[in-house]
Order: sequence, then structure tokens, then C-alpha cells
Amino acid sequence: MLEFVLDRAPDLAYRSFQHVSLVVQCVLLATVIAVAVALLVTTVPRLKPVANFVSSVGLTVPSLALLGLMLPVVGIGTLPSVAVVTFYAALPILRNAVVGLEGVSGNLLESARGMGMNPLLTFLRVQLPLAWPVILAGLRVSTQMSMGVAAIAAYALGPGLGGWIFTGLAQIGGQNAVNYALTATIAIVVLALLLDLLLRVLGRFTISRGISA
Amino acid sequence: MTTTEPTPTTDAGPESVSGAEIVFDQVTKSYSAQGKPAVDSLSLTIPAGQIVMFVGPSGCGKTTSLKMINRLIDPTSGTITIGGKDVRSQDPDDLRRQVGYVIQGGSLFPHMTVAQNIALVPGLLRWDKKRITDRVEELLDLVGLDPVRYRDRFPRELSGGQQQRVGVARGLAADPPVILMDEPFGAVDPITRQRLQDELMSIQSELKKTIVCVTHDIDEAIKLGDRILILQEHAQIAQYDTPEAILSAPANEFVEDFVGSGSALKSLSLTRVEEVELTEWTTATVGEPVGPVLERARAARQKSVVVLDQRRRPVDWVNIRALTGETVPAPVDEARDLHQIDHRATLNDALDTMLVSAYAGVIVTGRRDQYVGVATFEAVTALITARNEAARQAQEDADEQ
Repeated sequence: MLEFVLDRAPDLAYRSFQHVSLVVQCVLLATVIAVAVALLVTTVPRLKPVANFVSSVGLTVPSLALLGLMLPVVGIGTLPSVAVVTFYAALPILRNAVVGLEGVSGNLLESARGMGMNPLLTFLRVQLPLAWPVILAGLRVSTQMSMGVAAIAAYALGPGLGGWIFTGLAQIGGQNAVNYALTATIAIVVLALLLDLLLRVLGRFTISRGISA
Repeated sequence: MTTTEPTPTTDAGPESVSGAEIVFDQVTKSYSAQGKPAVDSLSLTIPAGQIVMFVGPSGCGKTTSLKMINRLIDPTSGTITIGGKDVRSQDPDDLRRQVGYVIQGGSLFPHMTVAQNIALVPGLLRWDKKRITDRVEELLDLVGLDPVRYRDRFPRELSGGQQQRVGVARGLAADPPVILMDEPFGAVDPITRQRLQDELMSIQSELKKTIVCVTHDIDEAIKLGDRILILQEHAQIAQYDTPEAILSAPANEFVEDFVGSGSALKSLSLTRVEEVELTEWTTATVGEPVGPVLERARAARQKSVVVLDQRRRPVDWVNIRALTGETVPAPVDEARDLHQIDHRATLNDALDTMLVSAYAGVIVTGRRDQYVGVATFEAVTALITARNEAARQAQEDADEQ
């Protein structure tokens, strides 16, 4: 197996990079979307049940099925991967962002208003920093999950390590079938752990000492 | 940063008023077209440089009235002016940056340090960095917190009383002429509350802001207020007058009930400790050699010594037998509650504090927590006796005529 990996080291490195790059970009996009939706949901309380419904039902939709539904709309290649990964990535972040933003006490919001902060300033300087630890926790879950979802998204010929897994599955019984599948899987797990570590370090630097546990 | 004497907050003399007059003219606030309005046609003038307390039962519209001043709530009809300027002619955010706002518990932002919290409004007003830093120092000093020690702490590292002090400092940050307070001392224990009230009074005697303060505690209103506004349902004015007048001549039964019985006792809240004849007590400074201190105490026939820090703020009150070392030690437990009160505290507070003091007396502090003297139980009771005697005399004189 070592020989297998060494033979294909450049391809493995390239696919790993693509995989991580896809996940990071999709999670970033998902964070922006999820926080924006959460802000909307917390300011218009009537929307909250809808958001909760979407974020819990969404997670029960099999990713392969969603990918299949997307194909006629967005075709094959990178685009369906981005759409599916972003969709799943947004769900845990949305849920946590709603909880985090709701956790900001009304007293503080009134205090901010009473001091002459407009809604944008209040969001940037009060709501976001206070909800950040919870949002970041959602982001970590989301990143882990997205590493796996991104592998499945490769079914529609997307980028990343998923391609190797499907190659392996397609030639079961063949000479390198196990090698392909196993190498890609281990690489995904290792990369996921590394990303998680990075996010923890990010938390160290971005969560105010006044509210960190 | 400097640790020397603080610069005075204003260059003007203590008599100068930096507050602005607030006028309510026929102000009404209804939340629905039907039903009675929460505030019904309230007209009122709040003189510049005074503390006016809004009191009344819950739901009487006192908080609504307060929040209409900085447009957290907009009135349905009527006008409110600050210093002659209609509040509705200004952008609400600009207006709020010029009106201090202090609410219960301080409502500090937990993710910001003490300095960042205080610097918020000056930052919004785009003061330059140096000016903001200086202002934060000055304010921390004003509210009795050592800037070097507390500047970079987070709110959760402070006690409730300290948080509330920072809340007051934050309200004062941009030097606004008007400060609104909504139950500012509701969330702290009685002893801390009393100290915070004293401090607010001494700050006010320096700054002369216009302060509007909502409370449900009539005793707090009597103690702090230059004037008290007692509101009934729908913000109908039951009485608007000085504490003395409200105690001696309640306008109607509602006020009488609200102020409650024992107005003789309540009048203890009208007499300040500064009127008591203070006793000179032996003092010692932290770090001073013990020998001369003991000599001074014996010469004065006193068994205890008030220990002051370098800025003459009392930090401890010790029995001379406890002074066994070479020099006067700093107190071991600095969070321990020293039995001290501000010279603007009431006799009521003084008696309260004495009950828990080991020396039948309380340390009285003046500006910026500096030591002034000791009020003994005898001195306080003597003052009360003299007052009662004078009152009886006046009554007899009145009867004779």
C-alpha cells in the first residue's frame, strides 16, 4: 500500500488540496449564508419554526439523493459539489447561529441601542462577538461533516478525494480497489482532524477572553 | 500611565451646572388605539443640574416616560425638549450618543474589557485614541476604581457593585449633559447599593448633570432626589416636589400610601452624615512604622487605628493590638467590607452600617473616597436628639401662637 501511495503521491496531494479547498470555501460561504439567515430568523421570530424545520429535515435527506436531484439543474462537475456541500454545511451553522444570537440578552441589545449604536454596529460589535463561540462550534461540526459530504459529491465528477473512493468501489475485486478506497478515506479523516485543530486555534484567537469558558 | 493625582473632571468651579433642562409637553404614548394610553398627557420640567427620581408602582409608565427622552420609545403625541431642542428633530442615534444611559446591573458587554466598555460612546463619536484613553482613566478614577488594576479586566472578573460603577462610568463617558438611569442599583445587595448611591451623589456634586432616574424604591428616591416625581397609573402626576415637601405634605392619599408610614424614620434619610460632628480618629498609612502610630493612638486614648492607603482612602480599621509588625500592613483580605460611608450618605445608612461595625462607629469618606473622619454612634444620636428637640420646640412655638 505504501508503494501504491508513493506512486501516486502528486495526485494524492493534488486531490487532498482540492478536497480541503472545496470544503473550506463551501463552509465559508455556508457561514455567511447561515449567519445572515439566523439574523433574519431572530429578528422576525415567526420565521424561527421554518428555519428549525429546514435545518433538522435537511440533515435527514441523503446527500447522494440530493446530489441526484441537483444533476438535472446544475449538471456535473464542481458546481453540484459546491451546492451540496454548502447546503449541508449551512445546516449546523444555522442551528447554532440561531441559538447563539438568541442567547444575547435583550438588556444588552437595549443598552447598545441606548448608547446610539445602529443595527449594523450592534450586530458587528455586540451580537456577532457574543454569539461567536456557539457559531464556531457549529462551524467545527459543519467542517467535519462537509469533509465526508464532499467525498460523496465526487460522484457527480466533482473534485477531491471522493473520486478515488468511487474508483475503488467501481473496481471491487480489482488489484488496487482497496488501496484507492482506503487511502482516500484515511486521507479525509486525517485532513478533517487537521482542519478541526486549525478551527480550535482560530477559536483561541477570536473568542473574547471575557466570554470564553 | 499616570498614577498621580487625577485631573479634575471640569475646569469650571463646583457650582457650575453642566446639565441641560428637560421639558415634557403634553406627552402621550399609546400602544393601541383602544385602551388607555401608557403615558397620558404628561407635562413636566426637569431643571438643569438636578437629580429627578421617577417613582411609582409597576406599570405606571415611569420607564416608558424615561425611554421617551432618548427616543428608545417615541411618543404618540406631544414634545420633549432637551436644552430647548426637540428630541424628535435629531437623528435617534446621534441623540443617544449625547445622552448617558445606565441600566440595571450596568449591562456591560461581557466580551469587552472595562476600558472598551467605557470607550464605546467616545469611539462612536470618533474621539481620538489619546483622548479616549485619558477619559477612561479619569472616569475609572471618578467612580473609585483604580485604572491600572481594572482597565483591562472583563466584566465577569468584577463584583456586582464594581460592574455597576463601570456602568455609571460608561454612561458618563462622552460627558453628556443628561443621564438617564433605569433602576440602576436594583441588582446589587443593600450595602453595596447604599455605597453606590453615595458615590453617585458625590459624583453629581462635582459634575452637576441633569439625571433622571427611575426607581421603585421610595427610600432611594428620597435619598438621591433633588426632586421626586410620583406617578400613578397612565403616568398621571400624583406629586412632583422636593423630598422634604413630599414627606411633610403628601399631596393625596396615594402619595401618603406610597411613601408609607414612619415618615419620622424616613426623615433620617434626609439628614446627611456630613451634618454629624465627626470624631478625629488616629490614622496610619500603609507602610508607615508602627511605633509612632501606637503613640498617637495612646495619646488620643483610642484602641483602634484607621489605615489609609497612599491616596488617603481608608482600607482597614484595626485594633492596635493587631499592629505587631514593623510597619503598618496592607489589609490581607482587600475585598472585605470596611464599614465606611460617604459624607453624603444619610443618617439612616450610617445607623445601618454601625449595627454591623465592630467599633460603634463608621468611617466617613469625602471626595474620591478620601478619609474625612469617624461618625460615632453618640454623635449620630446626639444630632437626632437635637433635631427632635428643635422640632418639638417649633411645634410648641406654633401652638402658643
